[in-house]
Order: sequence, then C-alpha cells, then structure tokens
Amino acid sequence: MQVPAPFDYARASTVDDAIGLLERLGPEARLVAGGHSLLPMMKLRLATPEHLVDINPLESELGYIREADGEIRIGALARHRDILESELLAKHFPMIREAEELIADPPVRNRGTIGGALCQADPSEDLSAVCAALGAVAVIRGRDGERTVEMPEFHQGPYETAVGDAEMLVEVRIPIREHAGSAYEKVKRRTGDWATAAAGTALWLDGSDVAAAGIALSAVNPSNVRSTRAEEALVGRPPTEEAFAEAAAIAAEDCEPIGDLRGPADYKRHLARELTHRALRRAAERALAS
Amino acid sequence: MKINLTVNGEPASAEAEPRTLLVHFLRDSLGLRGTHWGCDTTNCGACVVLVDGEPVKSCTMLAAMADGHEVLTVEGLEREGQLDPVQQGFIEEHGLQCGFCTPGMMLTARALLDSNPNPSEDEIRVAISGQICRCTGYKNIIASIRWAAEHSEEVTA
Repeated sequence: MQVPAPFDYARASTVDDAIGLLERLGPEARLVAGGHSLLPMMKLRLATPEHLVDINPLESELGYIREADGEIRIGALARHRDILESELLAKHFPMIREAEELIADPPVRNRGTIGGALCQADPSEDLSAVCAALGAVAVIRGRDGERTVEMPEFHQGPYETAVGDAEMLVEVRIPIREHAGSAYEKVKRRTGDWATAAAGTALWLDGSDVAAAGIALSAVNPSNVRSTRAEEALVGRPPTEEAFAEAAAIAAEDCEPIGDLRGPADYKRHLARELTHRALRRAAERALAS
Repeated sequence: MKINLTVNGEPASAEAEPRTLLVHFLRDSLGLRGTHWGCDTTNCGACVVLVDGEPVKSCTMLAAMADGHEVLTVEGLEREGQLDPVQQGFIEEHGLQCGFCTPGMMLTARALLDSNPNPSEDEIRVAISGQICRCTGYKNIIASIRWAAEHSEEVTA
C-alpha cells in the first residue's frame, strides 16, 4: 500500500493566503493543486514535504480561461478538462486541444491543472512544450507582487522552475497573433502513458513567408526546451515541405533523447524529426487558412 | 483532522490523517467497500468515484481534498431499491466478469450519461479510456452503457 509520509495540511483561501502560508511554513512546504504529479511522488516517498498547502479552494479565483489585451489568460488552476473543452483556446491555438486530448486520461484530466503541469516541469509533459512553442509567459506572484517569465526561462531544468520560495505561478498568458497556425503531434504507447516523443509547433506568417516559428519537443530532452535553431531555419522563407524537412532535421539533431522502456534513443530521434515535420505541415495549413 | 463531506447524498464525517487517500477513507473510515482499490498508481481506474459529479481516481486524491464536496460511490447508484439504468445495463449486456473494474466503470458511465445522454461508441470509449478491464470486457461494457442510454426512461420510470 502506497501512502505518503506524514505531513501537515493547510487549506488556502486566497492567493495571498497561499503565499503567506508558504512564507510562514518555509521551504519544506509545497503547494498542491490537482495533485496528480505530487501525490504519486509522495506515495513513492520521492517527495516528502512537511507541509502541504492545498490551493484547490482557489478555483474560483484561478480557474479561468479568458481573453484580455490581445492575449489569452489561463489561471493556474484551470484543469486539463477545462482547457481541453475551451472553445476560446481551440479557436486561437488548435495545438492545445490536440495536446490535451492525449494527456493522461479523462479522470486525471478532471483534476490536473495547467499550473501543476508546468510547475512539475517534467521533461515529458505536454503543456510545457505547448506553452514554449506558443511563446507563452508565466505570471509568478510573491509577497512583493507579480513578475512575468518567458517559458524558456521558466523551465530551468528537469523538475526545476523559476518559481522561488514563497511564490506561486498564478497565470499563463499566450499572445494572440494574426496569420497563425499551430499543431501538436505525439506518439505514446497507450492511453495514460507519457509521450515517447512529441512535438509542438506554431507558425506566424507575414504574406507568403514565415515571420516567426515556435518549435518545442517533449520527452526527448533533459528539460523542456524550444528548438531555437530549427525555428530560425524557417524564418523569412515560404512555408514549404523543403523548409519543414530542414527544420525537422535540425530539431532532431539538436535533441538529446535517452533510451528507456519507451524505446531506444535513435527511435526517439526519428520520432522527433517526423513529428516536427508533420506538426509544421499542419500548422502551416492552419496559418494559411487563417 | 475531521473530514466532513456528502457521500451518496448523505452527510458523512470521520477523523483521518491528512495523508489519508480518499479511496482508503471511503473504504476503511466509512466502510464503503464498493470502491475498489487497485493499482495504487493512478492507472487502472478501479477506484474511480464521482466528486461533484466528475470521475476522479480516489487513490490520487487526499480525503482532505474532498472535504465539503459531494462524493458518489457505487453504493449510491441504486435509489430506493431501483437500480440505476447503468447497473441494469451491466446485467443485461453482461458488462462484467470478475467485477473488479465494475464500480469505477459504472460511475464513469453515470457521469458520461449525465452530461451526454446519448453517447456514441467512440465517446464511450474515450470516457472509459482511463480505466482498465483485464477480463477484456470492453465490448460488453460499451454495450452496457449504450443499453443504459437507450433505456434510461423506462428503468427510472
């Protein structure tokens, strides 16, 4: 029987209350939202926080998905299911629904949150790649106010983020841009499994050329990172099969997969290339149709 | 800590350590053993219950997180001696062999039918995709849920 080690439990009533609790309880306190990353780690005693601060009561404060000032703002407690079912997100960023359909399984999606997913910073997690490719910004709040951090800076390494002691991720902002398309491609062994490899891509067009590109891979790097060199290979060129093949080859070259029970490294590298190519192709179709 | 919640429409409360998982709280503190405890790793879905109407894997939720919320377990499907159409469907279409996955499957079915009274086979397959039946009974489980969809009025009448 897997049961977490003993801990003290506190329930936060507001964001400020949660931050105050973290400040008072010190670095051995952890926030818990959906708990679908943290609780399994606690059950395996890989995580043994002395205090848990439950932020589920903040759902009315942080569970939103809304449009404001030319961007979509997603509260950290928006659950995977809310994100999957959001027509607003599907309209602007089709990649998000494609990724969500393949994250874990329906009961898990009923609990897991975007904030928890990003803060877990698992290199195989999908929303991290989605947010990186879309140029999202994380809003982190502490006692002294809010600061914004871009995704490449937010994910500092495997299971490490820019969120400091007595701070919490409160919102994710994704800019809305014109002539945009995005797509997510993922291979996994079965429902509920993590990705063997996945690729999120976004393209923004200026006339007939690519003005900007976002490419982020999941499960093939020690940390979730954008494939900057592959992005640069697309900018200023028409969105053609040749350009996509070139960018996909660079993305595959630059990733660092490791062999494990989901497959050998060279297979994952092959997937990185193929999935990047397919996602770029579909992102371009959407951008051209937008 | 004291945990107060609503289970199957009735108020329930018991003392539990903060680390107590909902599945154990239901089974051991409240004596509701219909919720099955399976893989313990958020995979199999045997422990699925409805929290505020939504399927949740109760091995991956603290009992403390259910405080103040409404939980439906398999014991709550039957109402006043009348089986839920989902339960009747599992009988009619032979939706179980060993029965281990059945409580979780039926609760997911109930939640699905509450939001989508006439689901397609594909929609049913997605809804139960987080739950494992090792008797390989998915075909009959899907037929059972379809039966419930088609007979919801006559069973509850």
